[in-house]
Amino acid sequence: MVNDHELPLTIARIQFAFTVGVHIIFPAFSIGLSVFLTFLEGMWLKTNDNRYLNLFKYWLKIFSIVFGMGVVSGIVMAYEFGTNWAGFSAKAGPITGVLLSYEVMTAFFMEAGFLGVMLFGLNRVGRRMHFFATCAVTTGTLISMTWILASNSWMQTPQGYVIDQKTGHFLPHDWLAIIFNPSFPYRITHMGLAAMLSVAFTVAAAGAWHLLKAKKGGTQADSTIRLMFSLSLWMIVITAPLQIIAGDMHGLNTLKYQPAKIAAMEGDWTSETRAPELLFGIPNMKTERTDYAIGIPLLGSFILTHDINGKVPGLKDYPADQRAPAPIVFFSFRIMIALGGLMLLCGLWSLWLRRRQRLFDHPLFLRVILTMAPAGFLALLCGWVTTEVGRQPWTVYGLLRTKDSTSPLALSSLSFSMLFFVAVYLFVFGSGLLMLIRLLRATPEAADNTSDDIMILGSHHHTISQNKDAS
Amino acid sequence: MSGLAFYLPFIWAFIVILAISVYVILDGFDLGIGMLFAFEKKPEHRDIMINTIAPVWDGNETWMVLGGATLFGVFPGAYSTLLPAFYIPIIIMLGALIFRGVAFEFRIMAHSPNHRAFWNTGFMTGSTLAAFCQGCILGGYVQGVHTSHGAFAGGAMDWLTPFSVLCGLSVVTGYALLGTTWLVWRTSDELEARCRRWSKRLSILMILCIIAVSCWTPFLHAPYLHHWIAFPNILFGLPVPLLVALAGFLMWRTLDKEHAITPFLCAIGWFLLSLVGLAITIWPYAVPPTLTLWDVASPIPSQLFQLVGTVILLPIITGYSIYSYYLFRGKVTKADGYH
Ligand code: HDD
Ligand code: HEM
Ligand code: HEM
Repeated sequence: MVNDHELPLTIARIQFAFTVGVHIIFPAFSIGLSVFLTFLEGMWLKTNDNRYLNLFKYWLKIFSIVFGMGVVSGIVMAYEFGTNWAGFSAKAGPITGVLLSYEVMTAFFMEAGFLGVMLFGLNRVGRRMHFFATCAVTTGTLISMTWILASNSWMQTPQGYVIDQKTGHFLPHDWLAIIFNPSFPYRITHMGLAAMLSVAFTVAAAGAWHLLKAKKGGTQADSTIRLMFSLSLWMIVITAPLQIIAGDMHGLNTLKYQPAKIAAMEGDWTSETRAPELLFGIPNMKTERTDYAIGIPLLGSFILTHDINGKVPGLKDYPADQRAPAPIVFFSFRIMIALGGLMLLCGLWSLWLRRRQRLFDHPLFLRVILTMAPAGFLALLCGWVTTEVGRQPWTVYGLLRTKDSTSPLALSSLSFSMLFFVAVYLFVFGSGLLMLIRLLRATPEAADNTSDDIMILGSHHHTISQNKDAS
Repeated sequence: MSGLAFYLPFIWAFIVILAISVYVILDGFDLGIGMLFAFEKKPEHRDIMINTIAPVWDGNETWMVLGGATLFGVFPGAYSTLLPAFYIPIIIMLGALIFRGVAFEFRIMAHSPNHRAFWNTGFMTGSTLAAFCQGCILGGYVQGVHTSHGAFAGGAMDWLTPFSVLCGLSVVTGYALLGTTWLVWRTSDELEARCRRWSKRLSILMILCIIAVSCWTPFLHAPYLHHWIAFPNILFGLPVPLLVALAGFLMWRTLDKEHAITPFLCAIGWFLLSLVGLAITIWPYAVPPTLTLWDVASPIPSQLFQLVGTVILLPIITGYSIYSYYLFRGKVTKADGYH
């Protein structure tokens, strides 16, 4: 399948996908969680209800670990463009490099500068200043998302540049057009919602675990846990349908600007009107057809164009060397959609249970929510695989091929770095995950409501040893 | 070359050197403290050492990201030749920084003494290895990179020479010194006293490193030597060794006295002087010995757009970074324990 001279390229691509795939989990977690933390602290300031403070401190510990892992895995990304994609950096650096620099200056420094205050400052600054720091960190994560998605979206739907005839470099000529490129608004909405949903499901699953545990012990979980569970389900009820609408609009936009990608996502080989929507099938790149296809008539045209007579593109419209690997895109897209559907159902179910006042003690529901813990992150990764693999064989869509984006590296160097990253990431981020799970098994402690002198991280040892005794 | 095309890369070279210097100093003492874990075994002392940097290390490391991103945007020709040239040490450095970075949280959250010991070792090894790799990259950079048609054309291990290893060891020494002098300033009692003793030994080593690297560098390439001895450059160059000696004298005097911050400032002085010395040597190459700043620079609109942002944002960043340092100022004792 892969011939020898393509092997370095293949390793470079797998390596990039692996490192960015691990990275994105943490930023998404940080974005969603910082929004949640801001809400919790805001509610605490407003209502003086200590349950909010307890929840804030509880999730702040998680945040500190997740954020740290986001930082270290992100630094790898900032250098990987140069190490693995020198061709891309040399040609597109004048555009994507500048956007990344703005991300550093407007977002990374702001997050880092106020993170210290947010984590360690509650006993040094007043409540208001502390809340300001929390807001600054949250704003930082959102700004960071904005720039990186502007950059990625520009690579998907480039505009506002001229190509230097001599060197083949991209010369920026309209920065607003570059930033506000056609896929940017859709991508940022979709990604922002994805971050919220991912965190909502994580928080809900933690709540479900404690509720189930209490139930097994024959007691009732305390009201802090119930508040947390209820809040996270409200978040799901609101964001899950919005995400589906945003995804649908995103798809319409992609059909307009990257029809070849849509053809791969749908497993359609010939362009047709009144196309079916395939539920299952195995696209075959050799025979140019989709085997074992099971579809619903007309639905494909309807979803993609909002008209049953709409015309959808087919892969055969494009030369064979401009087609994305359809099987990967086809399946990752379907997994994302299926998970999005399940999330919506969870939200609706919670509404129903709420009305019947059984939200906190319906065992099957609690177990389903518990298993949905990684669903958001899984959907998010599948979404990115769809986006990025679907863009192949281009790094800058229609202009710069992936095979012309590489660095002049020896196969041995690439193999070394690949093994090195896999080993380090599995070990370090695996340990991190175990720590997160251990932290989540502790319950939010009762806050000392007599003073403001809360040493937030001072309670770590305490929490964990308590937890060990309990389990 | 028209005005802007000539001056912009000049301004940007200055900003990049600034960002690298700030990084080297700020993360230098963070990494130095990591290395000191090899000598300081007392858990209370280790906690205090970490507490002096816990609220600020992330911001310090961000200067490295700024350096990388600026190269990417403004000198893409340098970014895309230097990073492949130093592929191996960069990858190892990134791995080392991962261990160092997560160790801050993981060592606190560890659930058994063994785990804690493991992450302490990770913190120490990660810091040392990252520093050593940074030194090797610097050395490899000064000794030059093989390019053809503006792309890297050398071998994977070209960077590894006796000179780059010397630079690696020098940076390790220098960061350790930044670490000990920082602790002289920010800690008290027994730990402070030990750091004063360590600082003395390390500053002797540091002086030896500076002398060795300075004597070796001019002979790497003919233009380097020329830079130093030609008139009028020698007028700019001459004060550098004198100032190095002055900083050494001050350091030695104040380490015995009550002075808290002076030794740290002297160590910073050494670093700045070394970097200035290097800049004078290499000027005007971005990728020595072939590509100049102007060969690797982005088109003017990229440089201009980014300059506007930088001029506005860097002062703001500096402002809140100073606020954060100010908030967590003063000697750190166990009782402070915000960790
Ligand atoms: C949707 C948002 C998003 C996406 C797609 C990416 N990142 Fe990211 N990144 C963040 C959102 C984010 C963040 C939430 O803002 C982080 C997490 C922790 C942090 O400091 O910022 C972050 C951290 C982070 C850092 C460390 C910043 C620091 O030192 O504080 C770097 C260098 C990068 N990222 C670079 C990248 C690159 C080169 C990406 C492209 C492949 C990328 N990120 C994808
Ligand atoms: C967030 C999660 C992301 C995931 C999971 C992801 C996934 C992937 C995958 C699977 C590939 C390989 C595609 C293939 O070779 O078939 C890839 C390539 C790439 N992506 Fe992403 N991506 C993400 C975000 C981004 C962002 C934000 C950017 C840019 C700002 C980006 C830029 C690139 C580049 C430069 C390549 C390499 C060239 C290429 O193979 O197209 N990616 N990514
Ligand atoms: C049924 C609901 C959903 C629909 C119709 C939908 C639609 C889409 C489409 C069409 C794309 C590809 C855009 C492109 O190729 O450029 C996409 C990408 C993506 N999806 Fe979804 N999606 C849904 C649910 C979800 C969910 C639940 C999540 C995560 C929680 C998610 C996260 C993502 C991400 C992160 C991307 C890649 C980033 C981007 O291009 O915006 N999606 N989605």
